[in-house]
Amino acid sequence: MDEVSFVVAEREFVAIVGPSGCGKTTLLRMAAGLDFPTGGAVRVGDRQIDGPGSDRAVVFQQFALFPWKTVADNIAFGLKCRGTAESARQEIVSHYVALMGLQGYERAFPHQLSGGMQQRVAIARSYALEPSVLLMDEPFGALDAQTRVGMQEELVRLSRINPRTVLFITHSVEEAVYLADRVVVMTRRPGRIREIVEVTPVRRREGWDACERIEDVMDQESFVHLRTHIWKLLREQHGASAH
Amino acid sequence: MATLGAPARAHAAPQALSDSAAWRTIASTLGVATFIGVWVAVTSLGLVPPTFLPSPTAVLARIVDLTHEPYSGSLLQAHLLASLRKFGLSYLLAVVIGVPLGLLMGRFRFVDWLVSPVFEGLRFIPPIAWVPFSILWFGTGFLAPTLVIFAGAFSPCVLNAYRGAKLIDRQLIEAAQTLGARGWTMLGQVMLPAALPHIVAGLRVSAGFGWQSLIGAELIVGSTGLGYMIVQGESNLAPAVVIAGMATIGVVGALIDYTMRALEDWIRRDWGR
Repeated sequence: MDEVSFVVAEREFVAIVGPSGCGKTTLLRMAAGLDFPTGGAVRVGDRQIDGPGSDRAVVFQQFALFPWKTVADNIAFGLKCRGTAESARQEIVSHYVALMGLQGYERAFPHQLSGGMQQRVAIARSYALEPSVLLMDEPFGALDAQTRVGMQEELVRLSRINPRTVLFITHSVEEAVYLADRVVVMTRRPGRIREIVEVTPVRRREGWDACERIEDVMDQESFVHLRTHIWKLLREQHGASAH
Repeated sequence: MATLGAPARAHAAPQALSDSAAWRTIASTLGVATFIGVWVAVTSLGLVPPTFLPSPTAVLARIVDLTHEPYSGSLLQAHLLASLRKFGLSYLLAVVIGVPLGLLMGRFRFVDWLVSPVFEGLRFIPPIAWVPFSILWFGTGFLAPTLVIFAGAFSPCVLNAYRGAKLIDRQLIEAAQTLGARGWTMLGQVMLPAALPHIVAGLRVSAGFGWQSLIGAELIVGSTGLGYMIVQGESNLAPAVVIAGMATIGVVGALIDYTMRALEDWIRRDWGR
């Protein structure tokens, strides 16, 4: 990875797309403090990142729930680490249980839930910490297509109710355009930023947020246009690397 | 007959299962019956004099006697209790020190590098070889056998916790880190439960080694306990006491193992996943 530099604004949803091996996951891991750059720095606010912390909670592709904890205990884990009082913790947990549609499953164990439900728990677990930045590493990559669409709609709904600063890694161009305010398109070897595509102005102008369903948004000419634009950016480099 | 396919197979499977369960019972009973049968035959035909090998009934009668007539100062159950107390204390010590140490070694390479050479050197010293050393240090009191049992029970605790820690899905650790887990929270709330199936397997092995080491130690340094009772039986030329002691050791050891295995099965079955 080389000369990758960008700024995520407060309460902005930024998606990173790029071919596999471009280092997008490494980028997220550096933001999480799980990997470290050989040169340069990752900052949150003014603070340089020197390790993992709950101000940058991560949602992993494989959920990474604690299999021996119930849904409620999974969601409460970060709060417990932080030392949040029992009563406040319960309140926050039940808030996010309701928000993610997990009512009735509080006492279930992860292995009793479907993949989609497990990822809801993982998202609730991260949201409950109200992190300065929420890091998502292909969070819907392990889900089947229909569940995935449902989760994408859910996430859009969630970020309308409760906007947070999000860094979202995906290899799905549609997903990036549908969810993000800005899409960072990366190149492979060396991993560089090809272009940063602004989605928000188009979304506002074309009134995407008025659409209930993802397919209504995907039908819009403006959506197709943006998607094709990003596809071309990705394909150009693919052609280039073939030579 | 197999041409019926699915229904035939569905019928065959449970039947084969019950067959094998029945066979198991038959074979096990046969094994025990043969063992006791040979013993009875050898003693009742006078092939071996009773001063060397008393009959099973004589041993059983002796066990009953030992429960209400003190031998070497204590009843059989008091000897057993003394052994279990020593075992319990040092086993607990081995678990409480061994498991966290193994987890730390699995978590931090530095701890691994620091501890491994010493640990690898020490763990091949058989527990019984610790007996002379522990007598030098602690005399013949309570602490000498305690050290010997510890020497036997410690290694499996460390090794299994270490292996369990190494096999934890790395993402689970990373998820915990990004949720703010540190230090003891990481060790107790994440690594311990995640490695628990391995740890419990280690606890079972460790209990067996500990129990065996204890008896070995008592044979040499005890002034109470089953091992001590056996040695007293030997010096009083009472083979029935010796065998009664051995039988008690065997049965209690098997019970300890059975309990640990039940715990292991329960954890494997009900521990998430």
